[in-house]
Amino acid sequence: MNGTATATAKPPFGYLAEFESVRAVYKAAEKVRDAGFKHWDVHSPFPIHGMDEAMGLGRSVLSWLVFFGGATGALTAFILQGFTQIALYPTIVQGKPANLNTIPAFFPVIFELTILFSAFTVLFGIMGLNQLPRLNHPLFSSKNFCRFSDDGFFIVIEGRDSKFSKEKTKAFLEEIGAKEVELVEDDA
Amino acid sequence: MPNGTTTADEAMKGPQGVAREPLVLNNRSMNWITERICGVVENRQPLLWWVLFLPSLALAGLLAFCLVYLVSTGVGVWGNNQPVAWGWAITNFVFWIGIGHAGTLISAILFLMRQRWRTSINRAAEAMTLFAVMCAGIFPVFHVGRFWMAWFLAPIPNANAIWQNFKSPLLWDVFAVSTYFIVSVIFWYLGLVPDLATIRDRCKPGIKKLLYGMFALGWRGGNRHWRHYEMGYLLLAALSTPLVLSVHSVVSFDFATSVVPGWHTTIFPPYFVAGAIFGGFAMVLTLMIPARAIYGLQDLITHKHVDNMAKIILLTGSIVGYAYIMELFIAWYGGNKFESDAFHMRILSGPYTTYYYCMFFCNVISPQIFWFRWARHNLWVVMAVCMCVNAGMWFERFVIIVTTLARDFVPGAWGFYKATWVEKSTFLGTFGFFLMCFLLFLRFLPVIAVGEVKGVLPESNPHHGDDEH
Repeated sequence: MNGTATATAKPPFGYLAEFESVRAVYKAAEKVRDAGFKHWDVHSPFPIHGMDEAMGLGRSVLSWLVFFGGATGALTAFILQGFTQIALYPTIVQGKPANLNTIPAFFPVIFELTILFSAFTVLFGIMGLNQLPRLNHPLFSSKNFCRFSDDGFFIVIEGRDSKFSKEKTKAFLEEIGAKEVELVEDDA
Repeated sequence: MPNGTTTADEAMKGPQGVAREPLVLNNRSMNWITERICGVVENRQPLLWWVLFLPSLALAGLLAFCLVYLVSTGVGVWGNNQPVAWGWAITNFVFWIGIGHAGTLISAILFLMRQRWRTSINRAAEAMTLFAVMCAGIFPVFHVGRFWMAWFLAPIPNANAIWQNFKSPLLWDVFAVSTYFIVSVIFWYLGLVPDLATIRDRCKPGIKKLLYGMFALGWRGGNRHWRHYEMGYLLLAALSTPLVLSVHSVVSFDFATSVVPGWHTTIFPPYFVAGAIFGGFAMVLTLMIPARAIYGLQDLITHKHVDNMAKIILLTGSIVGYAYIMELFIAWYGGNKFESDAFHMRILSGPYTTYYYCMFFCNVISPQIFWFRWARHNLWVVMAVCMCVNAGMWFERFVIIVTTLARDFVPGAWGFYKATWVEKSTFLGTFGFFLMCFLLFLRFLPVIAVGEVKGVLPESNPHHGDDEH
């Protein structure tokens, strides 16, 4: 579906290489990393244990975002309760005070909102860091790629990588054990 | 979703290299797993699905009718009044919210403990959590009487510019339960994203592919995505673990922070949490044992899963039994006249003693059969015990709420409570609603986490087959 109309100068999206097994794709990823590519990825039906090291990726920054999300939640709950119960509308019931001594009674709601805001940060953090939702992507034009969610293991080296070359990259991927290498056009 | 620190090969062997029971039986391939689980969604539903779905739908209709009848006629159609103002409504609320706890326990706590067997049951258990919390939410919202004023619970000033009383456990409950529901939805949905992508990639172009695709967010399974995803999943598990413990603790505060004899005890939070997990696991088994048989998922949800869950039921059932006995002991040993009288009436002389003995048999005696391996491996026995526990946990909440409220300090204020047909039908209706939701979930979403199960296969370990192993 890509071949005909896109004969213009637009560079391809990249190479999609399929590998036999988890083990093969893991070994190949180490070689791609050592060859110095920057814009590439491994696509698999489940996260492969140890793949972050094999790809040379560090720890996800998400935990920091969630820390600040949770802190915002705690602060929100504290201000909401403190302001309304002590300043705005003190409810004098059950013999409970409406001053600084009230603070222990605020802990359950502070706890709940900390969790709530953290959970939202996790969700939107993942979507933001991964740039999702993105319903249209050049990879979806490959017929083979849809097997990534079944039992296919793929390495994609993108055309925008400075080391990318149409001939050498293909040969490289075949050399490191790819079962099949396919050129994916950038039709977006 | 992320792999544990133990690699699959290590997990297959025990500490001494003894072969462990595999998590997926018969050496199934990844493609077989995809086909089998997605097949549940893609193929025609078996006749039994319709046989279960239509009565559930009818019962859900009964729920709607009862609620409309309640609102249009007036709160008097329910039997609760002074002194038993809480009655079935709050009993049912606590019952349903407790059921939900097993789902979060399986998805969060077992995940943190690297219990890899959780992968084939967590999806369904989490779905069960959501539906149970929905059923639970119905009761307090209608129990407020004028349910169109239920928005008074939200943290905004009401029509008279009066703010909520944040010092009240009932308001803590609003925050705890709504946070619990929202976080459970996020956790469940995040786990679903890769599996929705699997279904999307199998659909022919059309409206179905569009819908699954939209909810799959364009997931491409790249490791640069998995990296953040795994971190997020871990964080959600770490957040949900204290959350689930807090929810039923806060529910127990509704009782424990009052001064009513029989409620005013410090044992309530741990006792409620253990009871919730206990009742929840029974409900998970009640749903999953038939589901695995109907859809042929025995290789994925194996006897090992049933066995493990039966052991958890035995453990938590024994904790609950300890709590019952400790309550009685403290009532005697504490020397408080009102407390000891409350328990005397609960077990010997009160109007509801039958409920107490039903509760005790169902929750404490019946799970003890799980000490025996044959009982844990006989699905009929497991189902029978689970049914006992389902009933027993309802009796427990009834005993706590109704026997206590019916007779407190002053004999002149004592009363007797009996539920009306409207309350009974409403409760029955929530079962219909719950089952209807669960059956729709089976019909439209992958009942087992496809990606996660593949991750626990031995060949999913990148070092599988290396010589050093």
